[in-house]
Amino acid sequence: MTEGETTALRLDRRQVLKWFAATAASTQLSEFGFAAAVPVVTAKGYGTDPELMKIYKPGDFWPLTFTAEQRKTVVALADVMFPEDHLGPAASTLRVPDYMDEWISAPYPIQQKDRAALLPGLQWIEGEAKKRFNADFASLSEAQKHALCDDICGAAPVKAELKKGGAFFSKFRSLAASAYYGTEAGWKALGYVGNISLPTFDGPPPEVLAKLGVEQTVK
Amino acid sequence: MPIITSSQTQPEYDVAIVGSGAGGGQMAFTLTMAGLKCVMLEAGRSYVPETQTAMFHRPEHVPLLNTPTPDKHMGFTDATVDGGWEVPGEPYTQASNKDEEKFWWWRARMLGGRTNHWGRMSLRNGPLDFKPRSRDGLGFDWPIGYDDVEPYYTKVEMLIGVFGTNEGLENTPNSPAGVLLPAPKGRASELLLQKHAKKLNIPVISIHRAVLTRPLDADNIPAKLFPNNPKVQKIVGDSMRMRAPCFWATDCHRGCAIRANYQSTTVHLPPALATGNLDIVPNAHAREVILGKDGKAKGVLYIDKTTGDEERVKAKVVVLAASSGETVRLLLNSKSAHFPQGIGNGNGLVGKYVMDSVGTSVGGQVPILENLPPHNEDGAGGPHFYIPWWQYQEQLKGKLDFARGYHVEFNGTRGMPGGRNPLSDELGKGAYGTKFKEEARRYYGSNVGYTCRGEQIPNDDCFAELDPEVKDKWGIPVLRWHWKWSDQERNMAAHAAKTFTAFIETMGGTVRAQKKAAIENGGRVIHEVGGALMGAEAKKSVCNGWNQTWDVKNLFLSDAAPFPSNADKNPTLTIMALAWRTGDYIIEQAKKGEL
Ligand SMILES: Cc1cc2nc3c(=O)[nH]c(=O)nc-3n(C[C@H](O)[C@H](O)[C@H](O)COP(=O)(O)OP(=O)(O)OC[C@H]3O[C@@H](n4cnc5c(N)ncnc54)[C@H](O)[C@@H]3O)c2cc1C
Ligand code: SF4
Repeated sequence: MTEGETTALRLDRRQVLKWFAATAASTQLSEFGFAAAVPVVTAKGYGTDPELMKIYKPGDFWPLTFTAEQRKTVVALADVMFPEDHLGPAASTLRVPDYMDEWISAPYPIQQKDRAALLPGLQWIEGEAKKRFNADFASLSEAQKHALCDDICGAAPVKAELKKGGAFFSKFRSLAASAYYGTEAGWKALGYVGNISLPTFDGPPPEVLAKLGVEQTVK
Repeated sequence: MPIITSSQTQPEYDVAIVGSGAGGGQMAFTLTMAGLKCVMLEAGRSYVPETQTAMFHRPEHVPLLNTPTPDKHMGFTDATVDGGWEVPGEPYTQASNKDEEKFWWWRARMLGGRTNHWGRMSLRNGPLDFKPRSRDGLGFDWPIGYDDVEPYYTKVEMLIGVFGTNEGLENTPNSPAGVLLPAPKGRASELLLQKHAKKLNIPVISIHRAVLTRPLDADNIPAKLFPNNPKVQKIVGDSMRMRAPCFWATDCHRGCAIRANYQSTTVHLPPALATGNLDIVPNAHAREVILGKDGKAKGVLYIDKTTGDEERVKAKVVVLAASSGETVRLLLNSKSAHFPQGIGNGNGLVGKYVMDSVGTSVGGQVPILENLPPHNEDGAGGPHFYIPWWQYQEQLKGKLDFARGYHVEFNGTRGMPGGRNPLSDELGKGAYGTKFKEEARRYYGSNVGYTCRGEQIPNDDCFAELDPEVKDKWGIPVLRWHWKWSDQERNMAAHAAKTFTAFIETMGGTVRAQKKAAIENGGRVIHEVGGALMGAEAKKSVCNGWNQTWDVKNLFLSDAAPFPSNADKNPTLTIMALAWRTGDYIIEQAKKGEL
C-alpha cells in the first residue's frame, strides 16, 4: 500500500485445504477388523501453547476412558508383558495402564485410531479367556495367561483365526513399552543413564571402546 | 526500551525489523550496538527460555509421552510454540494435489522464531557454494563471494559460540585459529562409523554446532568484535557471562534455559535490549511494507493480534526477516501504485527459485553395538560428528549423475527412551515378559540412522505465489506453493541411500528402515531458502549483494529469501553472517545519509 491509504480489514474464514490433517477415526471400524462401536472422544487437545513447565499426569488434559473391567484387563495384560523381575518393577506399578488410558482417550487422529483398535481388543481377549478357561483374563493363572499370550505374541506364526488377537497384542505391547520406558525405572531396565547434568562429557568408557575396537579420536 | 505493546511504540524509528529469528535477531543486535533506534515486530508471543523450557521432563511427565500431536508437531516439550506444519488460522495452500508436489512449511510464531528449537548445526558455506554456476553451469552465482562473507562468519561464530574442528577439507572452510570451541568427544556409534568409513575413503569429522562446550571468553571476545567501543563491549561481555556452558544433558530442540546453545532469545535479543535501543512488539503480524510517495519505505502496516486492529509503525529503514517464505509473502502483499505486483516483483521474480535441502535417510541395526555396558551418551544434545561432502573431485571428473553435494547427519545414540517401543516386532520376534525386557536392553543403542542433507539446484517448478482466493484470519492473502524435484535431486538421494547402506553393511549391520519415497517432500528438511533472488543486475534479481531491494533502496531482506543457491550446509549460520554484513552496510549508509 502507499502511505496515507487505508485498507478495510476483510475477515475471510473460508475453509481451506488441510491436506495433512487426518480425519478423526472415532466411529470407523477398527483397523484390525473388530466391529465393536467405540465411544466417541469429544475433548479438546492441549493446544498449541500449553504450559510446559508443569509435571502432568494422565487425566490432566482430557478425561480417561477405561471402565473398571477394562482397567483390570489392561493391568493384567501389561503385567504379563512387563512383569516384576531382575530388570525392574511391573508395568502397573509404573502406572503404565494410566498412560495407555491417557493415550486412547486423546482427541488426536493417531490415538483415536489406536482407541478403535485397543478397546475392542480388550473385549476380544476377555472373550478368549472366557472361551478357553471360563474366567476373566485377570483371574487366570500365570500359566493360563501365558498359554493365551503365546498363541498371539508372534513368537510362532499366529493362526489365521487368531490374527486379530495377534495384531491387538502387538499394538498393546508397543504402547505399553512406550510408556514403560518413559519412566525412570524403565530407563534403568533399558540401560539409559542420562538426563543428568554433568561437569564434563567423557565419551564412551574404555571397555566400550575396547569392545568396538575403536579409539576416542577427539582429544 | 523493552518488550512493549503497539500503543507504546515511538512515533518513528531508525529501523523497523520484521521477525525475531536468526535474521531479525542478528540484525537487531548489529544495529542497536551501533546506536540505531529499532523496533522489532514479531507475529508470535513473547518467550523467555529461562523460565519456559522443560529441559529435564521425562516422557512420563508430559501428555502422550512427549510424542508428536497436531498441536505440537515435534512433541510436547519441543520449544516450538504456536507453530509447526500448520498454524491455526494461517493456512497455506498447494498448487497440486499430488503428494510428491506438496510443500511442507514449518513456521514458529514466537519470539526467537525457529531458533528456539533448531538443531544448532552451524556450517559455513565454502567458496564453491557462492559460485556454483561458474563451476557446473547450473543455477545462479551469488554476486558476492566467500571472502565477502568470511569476516562475518567469524564474527557470528565468536558471538554465538560454535564448537567444531578445522579439518582443511575441500570447500569445508576452517575458522580462524581460536574461534571454534572445543569439539565434544565422539559417541560409540559415531566412532564406529568413523573407523569403518575410512575403508570407504569417507571422512567422518566433528560437526560444528552452536553449543558452548566451555564458557565464552567474555573478557576478550567483545573487544575483538567491537574495538574502541567500551560501552558495547560491556553489554556484550555481560550477556556472554550470563550464558553457562552445556551441562551435557537434555535435547537442544527443547531449548536451553541456561543459554548454552544459540537461540535468538538468549543470545541476540538480551544484549540488543540492554542497549536501550530496541523496542520489541510481540503479537504484531506484519501485513505489508508502507511505501512513501517518493518510492521509499516509510514503515510497516501490521495487525495487533491482541486487538485485531491494524497498526502502523514508522521507520527510516525497513528490514524483512520473517523467514524466507513470509518475507516473500510480505513483498507480494506490499502492493501500491508504484508496485502493483508487489515490491521487487516488477520482473516477476519474487517467490521464484525456492529451494529446500534434499533429504533422505536409511536406518539399520548393528550387532556389535548390542549389549554395550550402559554409559551416558547425552552429550551436547545433538550430533557430535558428521560427514561433509567428499566427492568434489569425482563430480568435476563427471563420475556422478548429480552436480552438487550432500553432507551426512547421524543418529544412533543411547538417547532418552520413552514414547516409542524400543524393540520392533521384527527384532523382538514375539518376545514378551522378561524376555522382552532382555531383548530391548540388548538392542538398545544398536540402531543407527543416516540422513542426507543435500543441495537442491534452483528450478522453475519450485516457487511460491499469492493464492488468488485464500486468506488468513486477518484477511491477508496466503502463499500457494509449487514443488517439483528434478533428476538432480533424485539421483543424489539414490546415491545417498546406497552410501548409507554401505555404511551399515561395512559395520556388520543390516538395513532395517528405509523411507518408501527415496526423497522427502519439499520443505520437510526445513531449510527452505530463496524467493527473492540476490543478483548483480536489477533486471535479473530482487535484491543486490547487500540484501537491499533494487526497487526500494531503504528496504532490506535479512533472512534466507535472497539466497541464490542452497548449499548442503544448513542455512542459518549464513543467514546470520549476511544479516550482520547487511547491518554494517545499513549503519554505514545511514551515516552517509544515503538511506
Ligand atoms: C526442527 C528444526 C531443525 C533445524 N535445524 C537446523 C540446523 O541444525 N541448522 C540450521 O542451519 N538450520 C536449522 N533449521 C532451520 C532454521 O531454524 C532456520 O533456517 C532459521 O530459524 C531461519 O531464521 P529466520 O530468521 O529466517 O526465520 P525464523 O527463525 O523462522 O524467524 C522468523 C520470525 O518471523 C516471525 N514472522 C513471520 N511472519 C511474520 C510477520 N508477517 N510479521 C511479523 N513477524 C513474522 C515468525 O513468527 C518468526 O518468529 C531447523 C529448523 C527446524 C524447524
Ligand atoms: S545439551 Fe547442552 S546446549 Fe543443549 S539444551 Fe542441554 S545444556 Fe543446553
